[in-house]
Amino acid sequence: MSENPRNTYREEASELLSNLEESLLELEAAPGDPEIVGSVFRCMHTIKGSGAMFGFDRIASFTHDVETVFDRVRSGTLPVTRDLITLTLEARDHIRNLLDAEFGGPPVDGARGESLLFRYRALSASAATPGAQPSEAPSEPAASVGPRRWRIVFRPDAQAFLNGARPTLLLDELRALGACGVTAHLDALPNLEELDPELSYLGWTILLDADCGRDAIHDVFIFVEGACQLSIEPEEVDPPAEAPPSRRQPAPAAETLPDSPVAANLEAPDNRPRAESAVASIRVGADKLDSLVNGVGELVTAQARLTRIANASGDPELEFVAEEMERLIDRLRADAMGLRMLPIGATFSRFRRLVRDLSRELGKEVDLATDGEETELDKNVIEQLNDPLVHIIRNSVDHGIERPAARLENGKSSRGVIRLSAMHSGAHVLIRIADDGAGLDRDAILRKAVERSLVAPDVEMPDAEVYKLIFRPGFSTAPAVTEVSGRGVGLDVVARGVASLRGSVDVRSRRGEGTVFTLKLPLTLAIIDGLLVCVGQQYFVIPVADVLECVELTQNDIRAMHGRNAVVVRGEMVSYVPLRTLFGIGGAPPPISQVILAETDRGKFGFLVDRVIGDHQTVIKSLGPVYRGVESVSGATILGDGSVALILDPGKVVQEALLCA
Amino acid sequence: MSKIVLTVDDSASVRQMVGYTLRNAGYEVREACDGRDALSKFDASVRLVITDLNMPNMDGLALVKSIRAGSSNKAVPIVVLTTESHEGKKQEGRSAGATGWIIKPFRPEQLLAVVKKVLG
Repeated sequence: MSENPRNTYREEASELLSNLEESLLELEAAPGDPEIVGSVFRCMHTIKGSGAMFGFDRIASFTHDVETVFDRVRSGTLPVTRDLITLTLEARDHIRNLLDAEFGGPPVDGARGESLLFRYRALSASAATPGAQPSEAPSEPAASVGPRRWRIVFRPDAQAFLNGARPTLLLDELRALGACGVTAHLDALPNLEELDPELSYLGWTILLDADCGRDAIHDVFIFVEGACQLSIEPEEVDPPAEAPPSRRQPAPAAETLPDSPVAANLEAPDNRPRAESAVASIRVGADKLDSLVNGVGELVTAQARLTRIANASGDPELEFVAEEMERLIDRLRADAMGLRMLPIGATFSRFRRLVRDLSRELGKEVDLATDGEETELDKNVIEQLNDPLVHIIRNSVDHGIERPAARLENGKSSRGVIRLSAMHSGAHVLIRIADDGAGLDRDAILRKAVERSLVAPDVEMPDAEVYKLIFRPGFSTAPAVTEVSGRGVGLDVVARGVASLRGSVDVRSRRGEGTVFTLKLPLTLAIIDGLLVCVGQQYFVIPVADVLECVELTQNDIRAMHGRNAVVVRGEMVSYVPLRTLFGIGGAPPPISQVILAETDRGKFGFLVDRVIGDHQTVIKSLGPVYRGVESVSGATILGDGSVALILDPGKVVQEALLCA
Repeated sequence: MSKIVLTVDDSASVRQMVGYTLRNAGYEVREACDGRDALSKFDASVRLVITDLNMPNMDGLALVKSIRAGSSNKAVPIVVLTTESHEGKKQEGRSAGATGWIIKPFRPEQLLAVVKKVLG
């Protein structure tokens, strides 16, 4: 057998055409022999059927027309005559030519076929127009009528199984059309002794919700039509009155024969279609989440109290429960905080439009590139972050990126780029806004600062300190007041906004190469992991994320440093801030104190405390407006015994200590 | 184990097309060139018979009747291939015991749809 079905067809058709020729000649000798008529018919039938299947449409349609004539010969309504034989032999030759034409032979004139068919028609006046008969199954109109309900009552004949029908497959097919509610009719079911397992006794009523027409449903039953009771009726649906169709009901036990074959309406409102589109997420009001997080916060506080009491009681059973509670609540806290976490990407994409509009307004060419959109931050942080970011990006477009001409002069591409990126860093998220613009003008900033008496003239300042001046209120170096920025309202908003988020902002810049703003923000505003320490009767919490290690400080160590507030840790000298002094707490320090070493934006620093109590799930309470000026304390928390602990911002504490020194 | 389909047609090209389509769809295919050949290849392992109607020796209707009158696997689904779309032929096929039919010419996907319909 040849590899290509078309070639197989050619070989086969050639053979059939020879057979056809032979049979026709035999038929001429013995007209009316049904055996030979059948053979002729079969030859044409196969040529037609296979021809159509392999795409030989001309052969198929012509042969079909000839076959139709021969069908009448077979049924005896058309006599076999010499003319008919001659004509059919000519037709056979025509088919041969058509076949050869398909495989590179000379093309065949279509009129030849027409004339042959015309002669067939002329042969018998009574012959029905060949070719008028549809050779294909009538295609059903694609009735798209929108979703509607169909009531289908279906009972296959008793012999259905014997004919190879599988009614359950038909029900499955209906289910593929739409949501189905199926009830079985068991009324015809005989007693077990009388039951013939080869017969079908069941019927079904199906309520189908589907946006298909009657034809599509009829198609399902196409093989059993005429061999079953079938009714397909559209059902008036009164949405609120009727429940959606139920899923297949479990077959009732044999003894519970339902009296009515058609259950009035199928109950059990099990929403099958809805179950299929399973819910992957739900929307919850933000206030509900806030309330949940607040509740968890209170729970953490209460649990801290429980732990304290349990530890004091010395009752191992109570301690065990307290520990378990602590573990569970810790997980609950993480989950609850996770609920409020949102990727920052949505905020980022908002700036694309801002950059586009601003740059057009200012006659600049600026692209915004983003990175780390998937970084998650507490919803509340993200919301409060919007304003600071807007100001920084405006500033970058307005002051940072140069005009295209200036950029080209400096050997840069005429299009400037602002890169907005976010990444995790411990318990913080770093958001970086980098432009490849002109960079900050140190001299201009200093000049302006002196002009506004923000700094004394001739003061020596490191670059970082100079750059920080731009966050001071009313500070702008833009030579002209533009629509965009330069009104002196801008970066001070950033500083305030970020501070209110307990974050920090850092600027780095290189003249001619660009400026990078880095915002360091806590992951969440509500609860942090803290290290609880005490000085005298006062408790403090230092965010664990900032803590590197704790070391002991003895009187010998202090003497060794000759009164300097520093400690040697593995050969490295680290300055520390004595919290007792800083916060003016009375009393004498214990003989052995603890130094908490923390990483701050000014490098590694220590904090001298009396005692380290341990990890503390710190629910942050804001201190209220009165304490807004106190930068070194970012908030407070309530401990298990009801006392208050202040949450320290290590970086700010160091800053304040240096100012005091 | 793949389901065994017996395809019966005197046209090698049709057998080839049916066989190729079904094998690609994961069925095991047995081929027979007419009704008599088919009966000799029919046994309890056959899950579906697809047969042409017009064949020498034993035609499709006779094959359907023999299978239905047999003792083993007599309720096997049988699909007949027919060029006649009119009702009479279908009725004749069904009263002989055919499960369903496919009207020639058909495309591979139509064949698969019908096979799936009767075989599940």
